[in-house]
Amino acid sequence: MRYGRGPDILTNLNLSLAPGSFHFVTGPSGAGKTSLLKLIYLAAKPSKGHVHLFGRDMAQAPASARPKLRRRIGVVFQDLVLLEHLSAFDNTALPLRIAGRKPADYRTDVAELLSWVGLGQRMNAMPPTLAGGERQRLAIARAVVNRPEILLADEPTGNVDHEMALRIFRLFVELNRLGTTVLIATHDQDLIARSGRPVLHLENGRITARPAPALQGNLL
Amino acid sequence: MSEPFDATRWQPAPLLPEKDARDGALIFVVAVLCFMACLTAMGVIAANRAAHAWTGQLIGEATVIVRPRGGETPDAAAARAAEALSATPGVTEARALEPAKAYDLIRPWLGDVSDIEDLPVPRLVAVTLDAKAPADAPKLRAALIAQNVDATVDDHSLWIKDIRRAGRLVGGVGAGVFLLIAAAAAAVVAFATRAGLAARRDVVEVLHLAGAEDGFIARLFQVRFARVAGQAGLIGAIMAAALGAGLRVAGGGGGLTPALPLAWSDLLAVVPCPLLAALVAAGAAQFTAMKLIRDMQ
Repeated sequence: MRYGRGPDILTNLNLSLAPGSFHFVTGPSGAGKTSLLKLIYLAAKPSKGHVHLFGRDMAQAPASARPKLRRRIGVVFQDLVLLEHLSAFDNTALPLRIAGRKPADYRTDVAELLSWVGLGQRMNAMPPTLAGGERQRLAIARAVVNRPEILLADEPTGNVDHEMALRIFRLFVELNRLGTTVLIATHDQDLIARSGRPVLHLENGRITARPAPALQGNLL
Repeated sequence: MSEPFDATRWQPAPLLPEKDARDGALIFVVAVLCFMACLTAMGVIAANRAAHAWTGQLIGEATVIVRPRGGETPDAAAARAAEALSATPGVTEARALEPAKAYDLIRPWLGDVSDIEDLPVPRLVAVTLDAKAPADAPKLRAALIAQNVDATVDDHSLWIKDIRRAGRLVGGVGAGVFLLIAAAAAAVVAFATRAGLAARRDVVEVLHLAGAEDGFIARLFQVRFARVAGQAGLIGAIMAAALGAGLRVAGGGGGLTPALPLAWSDLLAVVPCPLLAALVAAGAAQFTAMKLIRDMQ
């Protein structure tokens, strides 16, 4: 994969994620972690090769099929991309609203989720008034609110303290237990070391699978 | 400090920001366009009424120019013609105009001539036709020939044709101006949609990534610009109605002028304006947004 006429970001990538699996993606900055996630959440197309998602070749899927496929994927973006004119509650409820659900059916769930990520007192706050960690937690809440089949997170714990990072990680694990395939791009080696989850290492455009590290401490 | 929030009473907020700094300029331009469109509509309606009134008057009348034959006085010839015409079916009244009236009619061309009575001025017969079944020119001509009257019948058909053509022209020009204004409004809204989409690219991107379909996103812009154009249409319509009412009051019973008789009912022409403005804006915004959103992907 490459952007425009630039150099190849990812080459000869052959990766298959089993449904219900949980992986970390690591690698130095610029290794292509974000690009890999973009390929999966259909924000970029491979310059060569194919992406198969939910058993379908995306090259063969019509553009009209993409919105429904995207609704099955939750994404925590590195730059969060929150809607600054909407409250935390509205931002979190956005995927449910787009999916056509009625507010009465999800109000309580959204409120509970926001409380769970520590934003129970900030539901009506606008993103510009939130601290960096709060914004990050809000982005995570939005990504998981509709219990996606795939959860992609790009540095989801970059702006939160250690305790909150663990809390967020537990949320991802819980979703994974319910069947969500989880892929987290991170530099947080401590979290990886303590998670006991397998790692995909990206470097020089290539990916190598590393076995799960021995579980350190009682993270869960 | 955030206000207490009750999640059970929460209602989804608009996905596009409600206020936009560009709205003022857009409302002003669309309101001015709607104002002009309403004035055009009222003007066309008034002009059509004037044309109908004129043709109605002309259709209901005919003028007969009588030339006396050897030995007969002009007045006697005119009286005979009036009598012959009065008995014709389709004629309500035929009246020989007094010589003084005939002189009055030609005086503007001749000036104040002292011995005008000596001129061989033809006598005129004014014919009022039955409004339901008017007699046509050949019938009137036949009635005059039957009484051996030398006369020319003018049923005003030339004037009627001209007035009707002028009426059609005014209507056509009005429709053209109306369409031009609608196209200008559509172009302004398309431009505003383009600017709005560029300014809200972040919103469009987030909605896309959250699984929103192109139509869902385009509809947000469609509803937004339809609402703005509807408000602008209402302002333009109220301004035009106020001006029309002012002209009606200032012009008295004859409206603006006797040539353009504006009626109170003509002010109703502004009523559909807000709806039309909203529809034009909705169409333009939807078309533009769909095109741009597809290009963004």
